[in-house]
Amino acid sequence: MVSGLINENPIVYEIKERRDVRAYSSNTDELSVDAIDQLEVFDHIRDIKDPEHPYSLEQLKVLTEDSVEVDDTKSRVRVTFTPTVEHCSMATIIGLCVRVKLMRSLPSRYKIDIRVAPGTHATEAAVNKQLNDKERVAAALENPNLVEMVDECLSPSFE
Amino acid sequence: GFYRSPALSVILSGVLSIADRLLLAIESRSSSLISHPDLLSQLVLLLLFLVTQSVISNGFLCLLSDFELSCWFFGEMDLMEKKLELVELHKLEGHTDRVWNVSWNPVGTLPFLLLAVAITLYASGNRALSLSLLTVLEETHTRTVRSCAWSPSGKLLATASFDGTTAIWQNLGDEFECISTLEEHENEVKSVSWNAAGSYLATCSRDKSVWIWEVLGGGNEYDCAAVLNGHTQDVKMVQWHPTMDVLFSCSYDNTIKVWWSEDDDGDYQCVQTLDESNNGHSSTVWAISFNAAGDKMVTCSDDLTLKIWETDIAMMHSGEGYASWTHLCTYSAHWSRDNIIASGAGDDAIRLFVDSNNDSKEKAHDMDVNSVQWSPGVSSMFQMKRRTGYLPQPVMMGWSRFGSLQLNRD
Repeated sequence: MVSGLINENPIVYEIKERRDVRAYSSNTDELSVDAIDQLEVFDHIRDIKDPEHPYSLEQLKVLTEDSVEVDDTKSRVRVTFTPTVEHCSMATIIGLCVRVKLMRSLPSRYKIDIRVAPGTHATEAAVNKQLNDKERVAAALENPNLVEMVDECLSPSFE
Repeated sequence: GFYRSPALSVILSGVLSIADRLLLAIESRSSSLISHPDLLSQLVLLLLFLVTQSVISNGFLCLLSDFELSCWFFGEMDLMEKKLELVELHKLEGHTDRVWNVSWNPVGTLPFLLLAVAITLYASGNRALSLSLLTVLEETHTRTVRSCAWSPSGKLLATASFDGTTAIWQNLGDEFECISTLEEHENEVKSVSWNAAGSYLATCSRDKSVWIWEVLGGGNEYDCAAVLNGHTQDVKMVQWHPTMDVLFSCSYDNTIKVWWSEDDDGDYQCVQTLDESNNGHSSTVWAISFNAAGDKMVTCSDDLTLKIWETDIAMMHSGEGYASWTHLCTYSAHWSRDNIIASGAGDDAIRLFVDSNNDSKEKAHDMDVNSVQWSPGVSSMFQMKRRTGYLPQPVMMGWSRFGSLQLNRD
């Protein structure tokens, strides 16, 4: 069995049923572009897998719908994630996965801000600083080992 | 005093500072800071600052964003209205990867523009700023090229890469040949800088060190002159002082360090650290830029400020010893030779407000602006002709000195 994990026994939460957005859409103008909203952004990241456990970040409550703040008119999004344990060394990997997924999913005009939920991590400031340093992120994504890890977390799992 | 043009009041967001006379004007005004509404990025904030005086001249400004490069002409477009304008001249697209840095070749009437990714070189022809692809330098760096710098002679080009190496290229006209590779850094090299004489090269890296190399054999050989350890984190940029062999570095550790060799014997030491205790930055410092005289510098940071620093340059020049740098002011940049700082920011805007005209170029790019560089120009000033489609030849470029300015600062 796997040993040496940061968090041997993560709490797995039941996730809420996904609503069908289209059923509620009242927008009948075919030519208009829907503004990107909180749920859409959350949909991009909810299924990212935790680097250590076979569960999604949503299932582990690392990410919730409310952890996403979107301002489509200003093209800004902020994601605040909650690591499962306070000294989680996987925090930067998780943050990086969220950033990469959003970079690949959102229009390029978007500014993405990723941070750890205040008070939930021992080295919160250091993690936030690294995650929001564009140059460091770019360099990290040129590291094949890291890219492989990120891609693994981002790959879809079929239940 | 200085000439004030009532027709032109320029309000600038971000950091501003320039000539001594302007600073005096700022002191007497003391108004509140226009806060930059969308400051998200930690990238280089440069600020365009104009103070119109009786003579206006122009400059070519080059802006880089993640995937494109555009060249703007900045100057007075209408003599009667004394309206200053930034006009986009040229957009060079087609880069499939992020573009980090540009450098204008300092010599000659042909501004060479260099792009860091795949090291693409552009040359302008006879007409001002119609840039066309000259060459692409490949097969040397194996990862992103982060920054590049022409030697003062314009004959050598140094490129710093995430692959941990710094390459030196020789300018043979239409062709460029890699004549040397410096491989001592342990990981990504972030920046490279030549001193004023072209006799020293400095590099810095995420490995927290700054290296000084002595340039020998006309650029064929590089001898390690110093390995400077002192920063506690990733060093983002190195910059030699414009007139003296004093080296400056700035870092993810939120400080700026000054390195100096007292006896000119090549024994460089850290003689000053500018941190929060001297009104320094509270987050990663990304860039440093000096004015032409070398008595002022501007630094910008992830803490969303620009800071102006000054020193007693006469004391430094007289050989009486090291003159400390002190904080002058903070604003929420790149010195051109005639004292303009140009602004680009992470919210993709170039800001330049002109009184009620509000001639701001919002959203000049769709992505982060990574670098802004003024092309070199002849120092003479000239008066701009009326806007009739006429563009000056590059050889006649000079820099604006400017008119009245209404400024806001902390």
